[in-house]
Amino acid sequence: MSAAHGDEELGIAAGEASAGTRPVAGARGPDLGDPLVECLLRLGDDRLILGHRLSEWCGHGPILEEDIALSNLALDLIGQAASLLRLAGEVEGRGRDEDALAYFRDGVQFRNCLLVEQPNGDFGVTMVRQFLFDAHSVLVWEALAAGGHPGLAAVAGKALKEDKYHLRHSSEWVVRLGDGTAESHARVQRALDDLWRFTGELFRRDAVDEAVAAHGIALDAAAIRPRWDAIVDDVLARATLVRPADAGMRHGGRTGRHTEHLGHLLATMQIVARSHPGAAW
Amino acid sequence: MLTQDDALRIVGTVPDPEVPVISVVELGIVRDVTVAPDGGVAVTITPTYSGCPAMREIERDITAALTAAGAPRVELRTVLAPAWTTDWIGPEAREKLRRYGIAPPGKAEPAGLITLMRARTPVPCPWCGSRDTELRSEFGSTACKAIHVCRSCRQPFDEFKAF
Repeated sequence: MSAAHGDEELGIAAGEASAGTRPVAGARGPDLGDPLVECLLRLGDDRLILGHRLSEWCGHGPILEEDIALSNLALDLIGQAASLLRLAGEVEGRGRDEDALAYFRDGVQFRNCLLVEQPNGDFGVTMVRQFLFDAHSVLVWEALAAGGHPGLAAVAGKALKEDKYHLRHSSEWVVRLGDGTAESHARVQRALDDLWRFTGELFRRDAVDEAVAAHGIALDAAAIRPRWDAIVDDVLARATLVRPADAGMRHGGRTGRHTEHLGHLLATMQIVARSHPGAAW
Repeated sequence: MLTQDDALRIVGTVPDPEVPVISVVELGIVRDVTVAPDGGVAVTITPTYSGCPAMREIERDITAALTAAGAPRVELRTVLAPAWTTDWIGPEAREKLRRYGIAPPGKAEPAGLITLMRARTPVPCPWCGSRDTELRSEFGSTACKAIHVCRSCRQPFDEFKAF
């Protein structure tokens, strides 16, 4: 694979990325703030956006049990997001609570990874996306639960228990579908091939990750990667699925450069809160 | 003015809205009840699951029960650590669950990561006691329950899942 097909920042043409003469923090430029706030927003937004995606299945699940399961997963993730965004708002100190952060930020201010905003597709796509995320999430929570930031460690200790159930569920479905019929196998292999390019972003480190180490938050992507690989390889082997090559990895979500899907999701998620500010029910 | 014991007893009368056969104290989510010199009561609770939609209702119910008992002021605090575990549900409450038709939780998994694709021990049917049961889904009508079905008496049942 040539360098041109290596890591590509979404939405930035080759010449635009290094436009040093123009102000970088323009209307669409990254507006990275306090690293601890950024770190909490990344963790919270991943779960808020994935939780919202899963909630789109409510009433549309392939079977009743899965409809309920997907809604349960969505509830856990949105609950985790509420805790994380509340913490982010407290650290930020500008009076924004979890609702203000969820409903009154625009797409470029969201810090979720690109994987979680990808559309649900069929049930196989949803389960592959969930599995790739869950396998990473349990490792992140495990590290943060043992970390030196008490508020975040408390959220992590709780979320770890929840995400273990999620991972068991999603991994079993990946095996069931991959090692199922010719049709289900072909569909989940295609889902894996399509979504794989969003997995590299999970392991990227930047200045935010370096800076939060001062707060006792040590997310060592290099240590998490081999363990994620082991989980993924084990499950894919059982599912008779072929692991795609690490090529053409996409990233940008952590600095607010998203795929086109996020805007549509936010439009649905935010419209009630924005149409009726302060409404309570 | 309410004493410490009064306050704890009153909180202990508040049922879990989703599993009304046990109280919020028996569920293990009430971590502390303190009466201030002026009679105000501070109750510390911990959520079962991060997204449990019953938490708000539980807060309202606790506040209402204490207010009705004469507390001039009720303050609800939420803590996340230590994380709630079903191991905090005592033997009496487990028996109440079983009689209500919900299989009580087994021992919670130790900390640390999980074994994927593990073989599960069948959960005894709360209706007929048979161990010939089958897990239908680890996610049931509420976050804390799984769905099983008994092959002996043909009844579906909920399990309060170990957490």
